[in-house]
Amino acid sequence: MNVFVNKRVNYVLSELGQIAFLTKDIFLSLLTFKVVWRDLLYQLYSIGVKSQSVVIITGGFTGMVLGAQTYFQFHKVKMDTATLAVVSVSLCDELGPVLTALMVAGRVGASIAAEIGTMRVTEQIDALRTLATHPVDYLVVPRILAAHIALPLLATEAIVIGIFSSYLVCVHILGIEPTYLWANMLRYTEDIDLVIGLVKAFIFGGIIALIGCYKGLTCGLGAEGVGHATTEAVVYSSITILITNFFLTLIMGKLVGLL
Amino acid sequence: MIEVRNLHKSFGANKILDGVSLRIENGESAAIIGRSGGGKSVLLKHLVGLLQPDAGEILIDGENIGPMNERQLLRVRKKFGMVFQGAALFDSMTVAENVAFAFRNHQHLTAGEIAKRVAAALEMVDLPGTENKKPAELSGGMRKRVGLARAIIYEPQIVLYDEPTTGLDPIVSDSIDKLMIRVRDHLKVTSIVVTHDMRSARRVGNRVLMLHEKRIYASAAPEDFFTSADPVVRQFVDGVADAKECLI
Repeated sequence: MNVFVNKRVNYVLSELGQIAFLTKDIFLSLLTFKVVWRDLLYQLYSIGVKSQSVVIITGGFTGMVLGAQTYFQFHKVKMDTATLAVVSVSLCDELGPVLTALMVAGRVGASIAAEIGTMRVTEQIDALRTLATHPVDYLVVPRILAAHIALPLLATEAIVIGIFSSYLVCVHILGIEPTYLWANMLRYTEDIDLVIGLVKAFIFGGIIALIGCYKGLTCGLGAEGVGHATTEAVVYSSITILITNFFLTLIMGKLVGLL
Repeated sequence: MIEVRNLHKSFGANKILDGVSLRIENGESAAIIGRSGGGKSVLLKHLVGLLQPDAGEILIDGENIGPMNERQLLRVRKKFGMVFQGAALFDSMTVAENVAFAFRNHQHLTAGEIAKRVAAALEMVDLPGTENKKPAELSGGMRKRVGLARAIIYEPQIVLYDEPTTGLDPIVSDSIDKLMIRVRDHLKVTSIVVTHDMRSARRVGNRVLMLHEKRIYASAAPEDFFTSADPVVRQFVDGVADAKECLI
């Protein structure tokens, strides 16, 4: 049992150490290497534009379900018109960034790990290195920057669509008075709620790309290695997002309290 | 000049290289032969810094690359071109984009100049007009030729070939051999060919080195090497499982 625990702890520490080295390389690359705009734009398209359908469906249905559930509870205490305010604050602070990040982790994190992993097992990364190109400059940095830029935009999209779809459900299906519904939402949703959501999305974007790239660069040999790396990229990014979200909520909550 | 001094490498408990030493002069063409899984490709990857030695020195033009980090190695790697066993073409790019990859950060070359150089490199490997094809549309031999075009387009001093004829039929192998000889003679590069194809080693190398039991076992000019009476060399050259069946 002790041997197993020791092995597991060593493995986790070694993985964290290697991610720290990769992060150091990324910062070094950002300081010394000029970002190729064409690569960055391609990654923005791949991570941001191609995630549209996933994010729209996630935002829309989450907003609708949240609106209906909130209404079912609030209706008992005659607070129907506060429904959209709850939906809006929940989406801005938590659900918008977290659900968007989890969906993008499934789509983009897996794709990054699979693409870079396949390049590794077919010696394409070694070929890059022999062509005097650092894999971090060419493969990792554009993906990290694109994910940092795309995630806040995608989260904003999910929040807006979530609120809009919730509004439609509340007004047209549940029959809530639209003027008070909208006015209460504006009254209780503050700018800082959206800022918190965007900061979280920015951080989650980096987590997804970093873990995807790391798993791809260190994947084992053969198809099994690539499959394993892909699965781990999704699982580790999702877990890291959920854990990080808790600490970010505490830290930002404290900071907002102090301000 | 490439010099390897007392190189040791293990993967886990499996020792691959145990005190390999060799020296290859500028302009020389060396064929490194040895059994499959004997460490030939591992040795080749050490020369370009793709693997770090456990012990020993690798000197490229007198500079020890062993202790260098990945960014310092980028400068040294500009001296090298490498052709991989599976060609290792970037499958998301066209042939032209693959061949021109080394120029992607060269601001001083215009798109027209790069296209001209790509066309010339593809002409040299007998693949003119394939610029817009994707690697998936090419045969194994064509992929290796594109890999060679990519390796020589920026005119490196040293070209490394990792089993360039493995998995190819004899006719395509012959054309790859001729291509390696053409590149060697036209560009005056130092060539190091890792192979277990005896015909290829005989034709391409000015010198043949044999890796056996984790060390360089024999090193000689092809005419001496292939007439050697040494039982280990003979067994490998004749390609027989039992040493008693050797031809000489």
